[in-house]
Amino acid sequence: MAKKKFTMFDILLLILMFFVLVLTLYPFLNILAISLNNAIDTARGGINIWPREFTFANYTEIFGSNDRLLQALFMSILRTVVGTITGIIASTMLAYTLSRRDFIFNKQVGFLLVITMFISGGLIPDYMLIRELGLINDFMVYILPLLITAFNVIIIRSFMDNIPMALTESAKIDGANDFTIFWRIVIPLSLPVIATIALFLAVGQWNMWFDTYLYARSSDNLTTLQFELMKILDNANISGGDVTSQNAEVLAGQTNPQSIKMAITIIATVPILMVYPFLQRYFVTGLTLGAVKS
Amino acid sequence: MSKHMKASGEQSNLAVDTATKIGLDKKAKKPQLQPKKNGFWKRVNNQKALILMALPFILWLFIFKYIPIAGWTMAFQDYKPQNGLFNQEWVGLDHFKDLFNEPMFYQALENTLGMGILGIIFGTLAAIIFALLLNEMRFQTFKKFTQTVSYLPHFVSWVIVANIVTTMLSQDGPINAVLMGLNIIDGPISFMSNPDLFWGIITVSDVWKEMGWNAIIYFAAMAGVDPQLYEAAKVDGASRFRQMWHITLPSIRPVIIVLLILSIGNLINIGFEKQMLLGNNVVADKALVIDLYALDYGIGMFRYSFGTAIGIFKSVISIILILIANGFAKRIGEGRVF
Repeated sequence: MAKKKFTMFDILLLILMFFVLVLTLYPFLNILAISLNNAIDTARGGINIWPREFTFANYTEIFGSNDRLLQALFMSILRTVVGTITGIIASTMLAYTLSRRDFIFNKQVGFLLVITMFISGGLIPDYMLIRELGLINDFMVYILPLLITAFNVIIIRSFMDNIPMALTESAKIDGANDFTIFWRIVIPLSLPVIATIALFLAVGQWNMWFDTYLYARSSDNLTTLQFELMKILDNANISGGDVTSQNAEVLAGQTNPQSIKMAITIIATVPILMVYPFLQRYFVTGLTLGAVKS
Repeated sequence: MSKHMKASGEQSNLAVDTATKIGLDKKAKKPQLQPKKNGFWKRVNNQKALILMALPFILWLFIFKYIPIAGWTMAFQDYKPQNGLFNQEWVGLDHFKDLFNEPMFYQALENTLGMGILGIIFGTLAAIIFALLLNEMRFQTFKKFTQTVSYLPHFVSWVIVANIVTTMLSQDGPINAVLMGLNIIDGPISFMSNPDLFWGIITVSDVWKEMGWNAIIYFAAMAGVDPQLYEAAKVDGASRFRQMWHITLPSIRPVIIVLLILSIGNLINIGFEKQMLLGNNVVADKALVIDLYALDYGIGMFRYSFGTAIGIFKSVISIILILIANGFAKRIGEGRVF
């Protein structure tokens, strides 16, 4: 493999891979260009990856004069932050008790958790539960149902398994209780896997729109960026996919729904691009590990 | 195994097996902190902190995971929310009979399986081919860059992907422009309002979104292939293409089979996000999948019992599919999941 001899085969591969790159990146660049182009000019068509009449108007519309979109952005950020923190606390605590072989209810808890990977109530029973709990149009509907995922707990637990038992035993002899051991020894040593799961949780929360659709549709201040985007898309789809100026709600001044839609798309993508370099370091190993385990 | 595990039926055996497989039970590998002769209550007392740590989440599991499973009883009742949990009229299998008499249900089933099968075939093929080609790349920096870019779409939501797809496929969008520029078509195709194209659009967007991500696991498996095999093949004069075909592919066959089994088990669980976001009134017949059907009829029309029956049907099919796929894998003697 070390010998460098480039053949036709290598060149062909290079072209093919370049093609994959273009196919993946072009749509994002195209949308970025449209979002930065003058809305009226965009209607003429023909924007590729460079804006023709550069403007920030579509963004200033979202951040400046549209309270609802600003609220949606705020709610997206809030649910991502709160959901990630609570999710991490829950998963690590549960994973730790499962990683302790001497825990008296270890098997039973593990059993209860694994079952949930195979059977779930389904859409309607879940909906009825949320209704009975009074979580409709409540912020907690973004947090509570998503607190624990069996898969995440199992990944964290397998990582904690590799922490030497001697460490916790010596702490025990020094008089530390189980919670202290968890907090002072296990958590600091598990930071890599916690970072991975935290980023997965954050991406999941940020991308979620269906719970808003189902449980918080009638609440204006619980709306999220993904949900607003979904609504604009939904309006556009009625006409068979071609965007016309239907959504009067966002129509104002220099801009039109299509341009606003592109700007929201970019705003909803940017955080993913920002965590991407950090994410990237961990998730390949995380995924491989998870795959080997299951 | 404790008593209550023995008591439950086949389903729990499945779960216990898996629990053992993924290592939840391998206590033998680690020395226990306390000798077994300690009494039960003494151990409880010693592990107060651990119990307190697990307790809230066990409660959570019961509320958010087990109560909905208990909610399956709704399918056998004429459930009316105002009557509370225990004051419902039992109707036996009536809702299931209704379901099987409903033509829409068969439409939904056909669409779910159709898009599911297309997704498995093209999703798997694309990921394997991409991983193979990436594995053969010589230019390290470009290789890394391509891989990094390839899983970017996995991390954006289906809302964004749906937006990208409709933009790309719109009448004056880039795809139509390219096709017209190459003189393949005379006028723009309205992709999104052609029912015949809907399954294809879903499949292609799925491949676009998940190809790079799915390839990670094949790529990782390829990295583990013994380099000596390639050396030997080279001595025998095998071309790069023959090396891919006779060494790389057979080496990752167990991984391919395990993943195929898993995806066959999930065939019916293709979800509804793509279909809901990319569908519209014109293509509704081709976009209706089982979950959407449950959503529209169950929640949309307040037919909660009917919707629950759909969910149960789906779970049963899903378990049968898992067992079939697993049994098949056992028979051909390849890696099996359980």
